[in-house]
Amino acid sequence: MQASSQTQYQGTKIKLYHTLPDRILLACVWILLMAIAVVILVPVLFILASSFSDAKAVSAGKVFLWPVDFSLAGYRVIFESPNIVKGFLNSVAYTVVGTIVSVTLTLLAGYPLSRSDLKIRKPVMILFTITMFFSGGMIPTYMVVSRLHLIDSFWAMILPSAMGVWNVILIKTYIQSSIPLEIFESASIDGCSDWKYFINMVIPLAKPIIAVMVLLYAVGKWNDFFSALLYLNDTAKSPMQLILRNVLVTNDSSGMVMRLEEQMSRQELKTLMQYSLVVVSSLPVMLLYPFIQKYFVKGIMMGSIKG
Amino acid sequence: MEASKNKKKWGLREDIQRRWQLYLMLLLPLLYITLFCYIPMGGIVIAFKNYSFRKGIMGSEWVGLKYFIQFFTNPDMARLLRNTLIISIYQLIASFPTPIILALALHIIGGTRFKKFMQSLTYAPYFISTVVLVGIVLQCLHLNIGIVNSVLDFLGFDRVDFMGRVSYFRHIYVWSGVWQVTGYSAIIYIAALGNVDQSLVEASLIDGANRLHRIRIVELPALKPIITIQLILAIGSIMGVGFEKVYLMQNNLNLPVSEIISTYVFKRGLRDMQYSFATAVGLFNSLVNFILLFTANKISQKFGETSLW
Repeated sequence: MQASSQTQYQGTKIKLYHTLPDRILLACVWILLMAIAVVILVPVLFILASSFSDAKAVSAGKVFLWPVDFSLAGYRVIFESPNIVKGFLNSVAYTVVGTIVSVTLTLLAGYPLSRSDLKIRKPVMILFTITMFFSGGMIPTYMVVSRLHLIDSFWAMILPSAMGVWNVILIKTYIQSSIPLEIFESASIDGCSDWKYFINMVIPLAKPIIAVMVLLYAVGKWNDFFSALLYLNDTAKSPMQLILRNVLVTNDSSGMVMRLEEQMSRQELKTLMQYSLVVVSSLPVMLLYPFIQKYFVKGIMMGSIKG
Repeated sequence: MEASKNKKKWGLREDIQRRWQLYLMLLLPLLYITLFCYIPMGGIVIAFKNYSFRKGIMGSEWVGLKYFIQFFTNPDMARLLRNTLIISIYQLIASFPTPIILALALHIIGGTRFKKFMQSLTYAPYFISTVVLVGIVLQCLHLNIGIVNSVLDFLGFDRVDFMGRVSYFRHIYVWSGVWQVTGYSAIIYIAALGNVDQSLVEASLIDGANRLHRIRIVELPALKPIITIQLILAIGSIMGVGFEKVYLMQNNLNLPVSEIISTYVFKRGLRDMQYSFATAVGLFNSLVNFILLFTANKISQKFGETSLW
């Protein structure tokens, strides 16, 4: 869109921003955007630089935007502490299984609802939509999870928030607008069943929206802290986010008694480790970021404009 | 074609017979919705009962509005409601216009490489988890080793204990939120600005309107329907201030301003096991929320603007 409007401007051969007020405006806009860029980048660079610095330099507050006395000690501490590694692996498992379950459920709901010839489409749609505006709230949901004996189980992280109705609507809208029903009608004359059609035609054709779903759910599952806080007490099952909370926010220390100087260096190391932990726990999402950029924005626009 | 013609003649039973596979597909999602959405909605009934685990939901005795009265006569209630409202309205005022300003700024500089870069940069923080965000905030604002205080110190100012002072909590909460979501929220406005009617732009150029005029007469009107919808949604979620982030940012010092309804529900319900009372408080919260959403939508309809439903 933007490219076409630019050529339009050039096509009309009117020089933009030639008056003084326009130039002032343009200058202000550039300054504003530069300021925004700085505000976003500085905290990130500070964390990165600190994570690669020496523990003493970090604890003395000497680090700004570049590592001081480069060291990997913070990362070594992380990879040597078994519960952090365990937490990371737990999170990977929750994310992988959770994404598969969520995407499957969303597709199973989205496809039938995209079929305008299905009798119960309207009532089911209403049933789904209501849940976007009303919910039982924290306590009643907790009680259901508890009644199902899911507390402290692997599935507590997967099931209670498995399907987002908004995503179902996204899938439904996408299929309706990009895969015409006529294809199914001609396929069904050739003896293709609903299920076969779904597997062999709909899924391959819906790949772009499925990619968006995978990213949405995967990022959501990786970042999920709420479910763990509510439903998991067993620390062996803690995901990364919960461990991160304990280390960063509540400053939980393992409470070992040591000589003073050892304690000093231990304290410094712990401070350093907090920075490395932030980096490590954001790494998977950052690795997904190029894909997010490719599919995500499109997905949001599809949802917001058509939905 | 044939199928759509026959559609109206079929009864439900015939439809199920012919499309049983589709019905089967819907089974799991419907089970999910029932288990994790509708049964909890039914569970709200414990707000009106004296719930005990032994007796179950059905067997627990009916107490009517006891817990609501208990909440309204609670000295904490006014403070909780006030904190919730102040944080969320402050958040609305700060985070509503910023994405529009960002989108307009990016629109003004036009299709350069810098614009693409800025877009990718600004919506990246959205994907950071709440825990990491709070971690970054704590680290950057740390009294002794945070970069903000290092810079203040370097410039000759006094260090500030940001997390230790009650008065800073709301600002930190709201502006770190702006930091995280502005770029993401701007996406939808940027998309809308890409669809601005070109003939209007040309007409305004010929009329000699300067850039600021053109924003007022061309771009802002183009954004108006989306702004309205976003505003309705934002007002409708006023009472839904993120539990997670407030909970994570709470410490003993800032509790007087940081205790909001949802964190209170969590503590009273899951920590103190007062299920019925906490559910009543939660229900009150959702009710206020829904009334706000409904009113905002009504007002918008009245002015002939866009409506949600």
